[in-house]
Amino acid sequence: MNIIVVGLSHKTAGVEIREKVAFAPTQMEKPLSAVVALQDITEAVIVSTCNRVEIYATTRDIAGGMARLKRFLADYHGIPLETLESHLYSYHGEDATRHVFRVASSLDSMVVGEPQILGQIKTSYGYAAEYKSSGLILNRFLHKAFSVAKRVRTETKIASSAVSVAFAAVELAKKIFGDLSDKTVLLIGAGEMCELAAKHFINTGVRGVMVTNRTLERAQKLAQEFDAKAIDFEDLLDHLHKADIILSSTGAPHFIIREKEMSEVIRRRKMKPMFFIDIAVPRDIDPKVNDVENVYLYTVDDLNGVVATNLEQRKIEAAKAEAIVEQEIGQFFKWLSSLEVTPTIVALRTRFDEIRRAELAKTLAGWKNMPPDAEKKLDALTSAFMNKLLHQPTSVLKKAEQGNRNDLYVDALRNLFDLEAGPPQESMVELEE
Amino acid sequence: MNALLFNSTLAIYAAATVLYLGYLVKPKEILGRIGQGLVSVGFLVHCGFTFNRYLEAGHTPITNLHESLSFFSLAVVGLFILFERRYRVFILGSFVMPLALLIMATSAAFTQVIPPLNPALKSKWLVVHTTMAFLGYAAFAISFGVSIMYLIQAHFLKKRRLGPMFQKLPPLDMLDDISYRCLTFGFPLLTFAIISGAIWAETAWGTYWSWDPKETWSLITWFIYAALLHGRLTTGWRGRKAAMLSIFGFVIVLFTFLGVNLLLPGLHSYK
Repeated sequence: MNIIVVGLSHKTAGVEIREKVAFAPTQMEKPLSAVVALQDITEAVIVSTCNRVEIYATTRDIAGGMARLKRFLADYHGIPLETLESHLYSYHGEDATRHVFRVASSLDSMVVGEPQILGQIKTSYGYAAEYKSSGLILNRFLHKAFSVAKRVRTETKIASSAVSVAFAAVELAKKIFGDLSDKTVLLIGAGEMCELAAKHFINTGVRGVMVTNRTLERAQKLAQEFDAKAIDFEDLLDHLHKADIILSSTGAPHFIIREKEMSEVIRRRKMKPMFFIDIAVPRDIDPKVNDVENVYLYTVDDLNGVVATNLEQRKIEAAKAEAIVEQEIGQFFKWLSSLEVTPTIVALRTRFDEIRRAELAKTLAGWKNMPPDAEKKLDALTSAFMNKLLHQPTSVLKKAEQGNRNDLYVDALRNLFDLEAGPPQESMVELEE
Repeated sequence: MNALLFNSTLAIYAAATVLYLGYLVKPKEILGRIGQGLVSVGFLVHCGFTFNRYLEAGHTPITNLHESLSFFSLAVVGLFILFERRYRVFILGSFVMPLALLIMATSAAFTQVIPPLNPALKSKWLVVHTTMAFLGYAAFAISFGVSIMYLIQAHFLKKRRLGPMFQKLPPLDMLDDISYRCLTFGFPLLTFAIISGAIWAETAWGTYWSWDPKETWSLITWFIYAALLHGRLTTGWRGRKAAMLSIFGFVIVLFTFLGVNLLLPGLHSYK
């Protein structure tokens, strides 16, 4: 049995294509049952996120299976296959395993290491399990992918550092204040990056937000958006001591906060630390403010520096993660190839024959005055006995193989008789080449 | 038995310290975990040593420098375990365990023979007075270690050097909080130690206060920490200034404890 993957992602298709082939998460029963109804497709899982749409399936017929999955994607969404084809990738065998392990470990994500993808695959698998479109192989396959992702998460630091300026600001704030839930954020001025950072802080959970702007109107609009308190720009210095985290991005041509005023402000708040993030160019906050006791000032360049270092770090960690993925592919393949019928029958016969020979040798060794043809006769008897015993299971297995239902039997058989996973079958090796 | 327990404690603390220092430079959490386990084991053995010494001597084993230093170390490790459990930061051990080990090693430098009890110490006040004093000292010791961490972390943040060490050190406010908690725990103990000492002095020497060097320096220590706590509550002495003052305070504690005993002759010079 082979695992195949057909799909597209942010790497191969623009959003205008991706949104057309996306599956609605609430209506997965129809496409899942349609895929498993396809000829030679036995199991299927559909993963659909805003960055990728992929079908994982098992089949006997790799080329045919892939073609049918592609055709299904095109037909189901009413897109001509010719348009879709150039955006689609397909993998089988080891490449398919590698691909899915990498996706689950967030190595194939737009932002490498982002944590959402694992949850999305788990949800997709949940639908497949609910509608019974996944079976023994894909169940094991996806659980393996989850455990690989977990290993990558715990053994590497791939997701431990911030890779956006806004997120880096939140991380730094946490390094100063620890818990942010009782901290107040002050937004001075407006601007895309400033507002994005404010949103990150709000998502992390802060006690309150204050906003101020040269035009009160704009401040009030922002205050509404962030459920914040608007402050008159003229009164800024009177309110500054109430803020723990200050995001500033005004268009002012000169510094709006200076060292002298800050010494006063920090005394007013009993020396509790303050964290300034100056996003404005030219700068809003005098760099000397950083010299004030317990005040920490970062500019957008400083944060960019943090992000660049973290991205470098992630690359190193990603290399470690790839090594983990490679290691796990080998393990999974050992199991997958053990599900093939022929090597299983061979292994089963070998196991029985070993026992037969051992018992035979024991009997013959202790037999005094043995008749001359006894050895031959006993050998024939035990062989016939063994063959009769094995005939029925062998033919059931072969029949099951034709009906694509062999995996359960083989898995059970291997467990019952403790058969080692056999070498990959020849047909599979050929396909790899 | 005594020596065996003492030396085992010393060895376990040394191993834990090596692991914690390793954790400081290597990004391996396992080092911190093993260090944490070792400290717990070491603490139990240390408790065993102290109890055994109590049984063998027949009185509270805080009567000479060997015993006092060992008890000091025991108190530091005990408090450290409490704080580590509460705040879950392994790196605390990288700063506190070397100190505990150093105190223990200093203790090893003094004679381990159990001497006959100095008659002046034969009192039920011995256990109260000394235990409180050393628990207080231990709290100041933890505050000292945490304050060093604070200064390092604040330096990283100011200079925008956000390396691996920065990542490992806990947030500034948490360090400030731990230090403050240590002070609010240690200061009352020091106060009670001084008061109980005065009462004991009245019964033993006939006067509450005789300006013995130990008394004088204890008072100086008390004033430093009182100023620190007062400053924090009123004008907000926190952050770097508070950290520096706490470090200074602990240096004075060490002098009050060791310097006075070894250098200044007086009623408290138990060696």
